[in-house]
Amino acid sequence: MSSAVFSTSAAQGRPFVFDSEPVAEVCPQPTTAELFGDARPPQRAVSGISSGAFKDARLANIIPASRLAIRPAPEMVSSGIAEMDALTGGLPRGCLTELCGTASSGRSTIMLSAIAAATRRGEFCALVDASDALDPQSAAAAGIELDRMLWVRCGQNSQRAERHDEKRLEQLMRVADLLLESGGFGMIVLDLGDIPPQNARRIPLATWFRFRRAVEHTPTVLLAIERQSIAGSCSSLLIKVGSLTLGAVEMSSSDPQFARPSHAQLLTKLSITAELARSRMERKPVCSAEIIFASKTAWTG
Amino acid sequence: MPFACIFVPNFPVAAWVRSDPELRARPLAIFEGKPPLEKVFAVSESAKRLGIAPGMTKAQAELCSELTLRPRSLSQESVAQAALLDCAQSFSPRVEDAAADTAILDLEGTESLFGSLPQIAENLWHRGANLGLDVHVAVASTPDTAVLAARGFSGVTVIPLGKEAECLGSLPLKVLFAEGSEKQNAEDDQKKSAGFLEIAWPETALLETLDRWGVHDLRALAALPEIALSERLGQEGLRLQQLARGKAARTLVPLETPAIFEEVVELEYPIILLEPLAFLLNRLLEQICARLASRALHTQELRLTLQLQNLTGGDCRLDASEIFGASDSYRSSQSRSPAEDFVSQRQNKFCRTLTLPLPMLDAKLFLKLLQLDLNANPSGAPIVKIHLSAKPARPRSAQGGLFLPPSPEPEKLELTLARIASVVGESSVGSLELLDTYRAEGFRMHRFVSTRMQKKTVPTKRKKSESSEPAQEETAIAALRHFRPPLRVTVIFESREPARIVCPKKKEMQGSVLWKAGPWRSSGDWWDKEAWARDEWDIALQGSEGGIALYRLVHDLLGGGWFVEGRYD
Repeated sequence: MSSAVFSTSAAQGRPFVFDSEPVAEVCPQPTTAELFGDARPPQRAVSGISSGAFKDARLANIIPASRLAIRPAPEMVSSGIAEMDALTGGLPRGCLTELCGTASSGRSTIMLSAIAAATRRGEFCALVDASDALDPQSAAAAGIELDRMLWVRCGQNSQRAERHDEKRLEQLMRVADLLLESGGFGMIVLDLGDIPPQNARRIPLATWFRFRRAVEHTPTVLLAIERQSIAGSCSSLLIKVGSLTLGAVEMSSSDPQFARPSHAQLLTKLSITAELARSRMERKPVCSAEIIFASKTAWTG
Repeated sequence: MPFACIFVPNFPVAAWVRSDPELRARPLAIFEGKPPLEKVFAVSESAKRLGIAPGMTKAQAELCSELTLRPRSLSQESVAQAALLDCAQSFSPRVEDAAADTAILDLEGTESLFGSLPQIAENLWHRGANLGLDVHVAVASTPDTAVLAARGFSGVTVIPLGKEAECLGSLPLKVLFAEGSEKQNAEDDQKKSAGFLEIAWPETALLETLDRWGVHDLRALAALPEIALSERLGQEGLRLQQLARGKAARTLVPLETPAIFEEVVELEYPIILLEPLAFLLNRLLEQICARLASRALHTQELRLTLQLQNLTGGDCRLDASEIFGASDSYRSSQSRSPAEDFVSQRQNKFCRTLTLPLPMLDAKLFLKLLQLDLNANPSGAPIVKIHLSAKPARPRSAQGGLFLPPSPEPEKLELTLARIASVVGESSVGSLELLDTYRAEGFRMHRFVSTRMQKKTVPTKRKKSESSEPAQEETAIAALRHFRPPLRVTVIFESREPARIVCPKKKEMQGSVLWKAGPWRSSGDWWDKEAWARDEWDIALQGSEGGIALYRLVHDLLGGGWFVEGRYD
């Protein structure tokens, strides 16, 4: 959904009414003549409606949405991947960004790149790891300054041997609340990448709304990693990362000969497909933009 | 040279009232001695009005129903004395610890800092009140004159130069002698100035003699002929006359005390719940913070010692690891203070140490952190005594900037981390540190510090070999997502290579191996008990939602099992 309104009833001078009953006051504002000027005579705006409704001064005080103050665009910061920045313009501060994708789609790669870029900027980051899945070696290889990253491992100290997803989610929500309340972090990442979507959807939308409100007007980037989008309209940016195909897995040889012995094969690159599914930063594109970029393994020179 | 004296009248009572302000409004008597021969040692003014006097037996005092009785507490008197010295040292670096209830300050050069002498005296009085002490303050040109004026006059007194004899004239003779000097313990006696202890004549004998002569105040004593006085009372009499005239001059013996900030509370009834304990801790923390603030110091370590009630009478001592908690910030007794030596029993003690990342001074924050810590680590037995000490540290200095990236406030962050630790566990929150090993999971967690002055960690050999700061234009690094613990799988081989994976715990992670690379062998620590050796494979399986999924398959060569360690994502 876009944040800009291009064509509404108010902009065209038509009232928000569906019957002859007078509408409630929206806000006390200038008269109809000041608003619509000569181009839109009041009579044309009341077609089908009794003139009595417009006698109510409150109707004339409605400000069209096109005249409302436009919220300033949030500051965008680099995600650490040039192709991603070209696709989305970066990650917005003070907004919730969702990064969705299936297993081995490249979500964690993008997540670590974003955290690395944030720590390189001198910011402090927090990673709330619902599944305790972070690989420290990958984090170091991605360039993250480990002293600047707070790692919260959920579900590690369960009283029972099994680690229920519900307990992890509960811990994740409580920790996220505490971190957002504390403030001062340049980026807070909520990693629900391994939580099944049916469990992740148990997080109420009100919680996501609360997170969004908490991060609004702050310089913090709130990034959620999921399998499917679960925050709904609370997220300002939704990026979908595609799943891998076997051709996208590059081996040491450019000629993918699967018949070669396994010890002669080496995983060198992964190709990641990213699609901008939704953005509130600008008008919704007519068709989703998609990019493909490559990520290399840590042992590749 | 002006001198100031801070005197705490009825010091044993004042020490108790400082620790328990509710006693201020009640008649209070302090008793000491071994039962059943306990006797009243000190009484408050309201108790005097009820007819209670020092020397009465405890049984006699208990006949008064309105009276509140408390045993004498040397630890609380020690803490009150420390607070008195803190008050004095906040105004002057040259302070003499004349007695447990008396501190003398050299005010030379302090007028340009703190204002005129009456202002300084007023501020001293207010500072003492803030520390919970009802003090008398006097300023005079000699130390002894200031002491006499503080003992004799309540409130704030400033004696102008040359008017010493005139101002002191109305005071009774007993101000020449320290209050309860004959009952002071040996430690206090060593701290007293020479002039007040070296009494050739016993105090009572001198007072009786002067009383028989009709000398009842300092003016009369000052008016006596010197030669006749020396013939009858000797040098001691002359010395007392000089004091009465305000002409006794001596140098101050400055005090060099170690900076020990601690507070002790002995409880009348054992405490079980956390809420009343928090109430007491709040009071102790406010006192400690006020004392630290008076010396422009912060603290980076708080140590809480709770003496527990011995319920069984036997060895109910908790195990050391339980008592000292799982905190890795515990410091073994490297700085035991004198107050802790009063706790002669080493059993039934519960200690918690709160180490802060930066020097701080916020009583509310400290209370919250202690509450969270005690919630997570309860004492396990009723508490009969609380001892709280703070390790002083210089305040941190930080240079802010308009264009610096955002960072969490240290105080807020510390509280947030404590709250997060109460949710996920203390070992599950912090920063990462890679260890110099190729072992799987070769890392450890340590405390997260947000300050910009954090020490740069020395990069390990492994970190140096990797590119720790790839440039913006470099490609992203493929990440691995760990399964903790690794998932045990069954591997079906073809031509000695994995062809099919079966995983009972994750249905999505089984099927034919579409592509594989490996094995890559690694091993280490073979000289140690924790040797490890493994073969690693990178395999591709059909994903549950279309596409493929890449996994790291590990064969534990020592244990013989096959595991899926993680998934490339």
